[in-house]
Amino acid sequence: MSAQMVLFAVLATLSVVTAILVVVHRNPVRSALSLVCNLIVLAVLYLTLSAQFVAAIQIIVYAGAIMVLFLFTVMLLNLGAPEALRETGRVQGVVGVALGLSFLAAILGAGTISAGLGPSAATEESLRTGGTAEAIGRHMFEPGLPWHFAFELTSVLLLVGIVGAVVLAKRRL
Amino acid sequence: MLPVRTEYYLVLSAILFTIGVTGVTVKRNPIVIFMCIELMLNAVNLSFVALGRHFGHIDGQMTVIFVMAVAAAEVAIGLGIIVAIFRQRESIDIDEVALLRH
Repeated sequence: MSAQMVLFAVLATLSVVTAILVVVHRNPVRSALSLVCNLIVLAVLYLTLSAQFVAAIQIIVYAGAIMVLFLFTVMLLNLGAPEALRETGRVQGVVGVALGLSFLAAILGAGTISAGLGPSAATEESLRTGGTAEAIGRHMFEPGLPWHFAFELTSVLLLVGIVGAVVLAKRRL
Repeated sequence: MLPVRTEYYLVLSAILFTIGVTGVTVKRNPIVIFMCIELMLNAVNLSFVALGRHFGHIDGQMTVIFVMAVAAAEVAIGLGIIVAIFRQRESIDIDEVALLRH
């Protein structure tokens, strides 16, 4: 087993364990902290996939901005106390886990995972420079590619998000 | 030759996505449900990046960047809705707000 494989096994185990902790914890604050761990482990996984820029964005946007929003809302609504909500029924939990396992079996049994992907088209060049900020920026604004259209749409989406958040936060317009 | 096969990343992504789906069906707290949706989005992002590396193409990472932007907007709006619902009825149990009216 190569060193990369060992690293992947450790990271995969960590990410699955922290993801399960997000679901299992009754206290939303603990769920949020487990989610932060999960997001950081995923950022390291992106690094092993030679996607440096995406890993940095993952930490800044997810582990930074989105998690602050979550924690802020939990504390604003004072949901930190576990007894604030009724407990989940045992039957619901069992049925949910059973459905989840059958769902996992379905997506593992169908499509490319069971059939295999074939030989990789990755080259030394694409692995070394494929994930830098420069490569992504050049690709995003390259003429003839649709990505700058998506970029502009994203700016409109974020504007709508800002306006929507302000409207929702106001008690009365 | 890739050091770790892409299929392993896809299996990990499927497992993480399943945990997110299970969380959405089991949990009652809408904030935790949102966290599980983030888990699912991250699982899909992981498979995008892994497949992008597999095919030696950067488009997978481009998609991930836009997914993250959409997720950020979605969380801002969703948590705003949760706060608005909480203001109206002092409770955010997901079973009590099954109707989109009051």
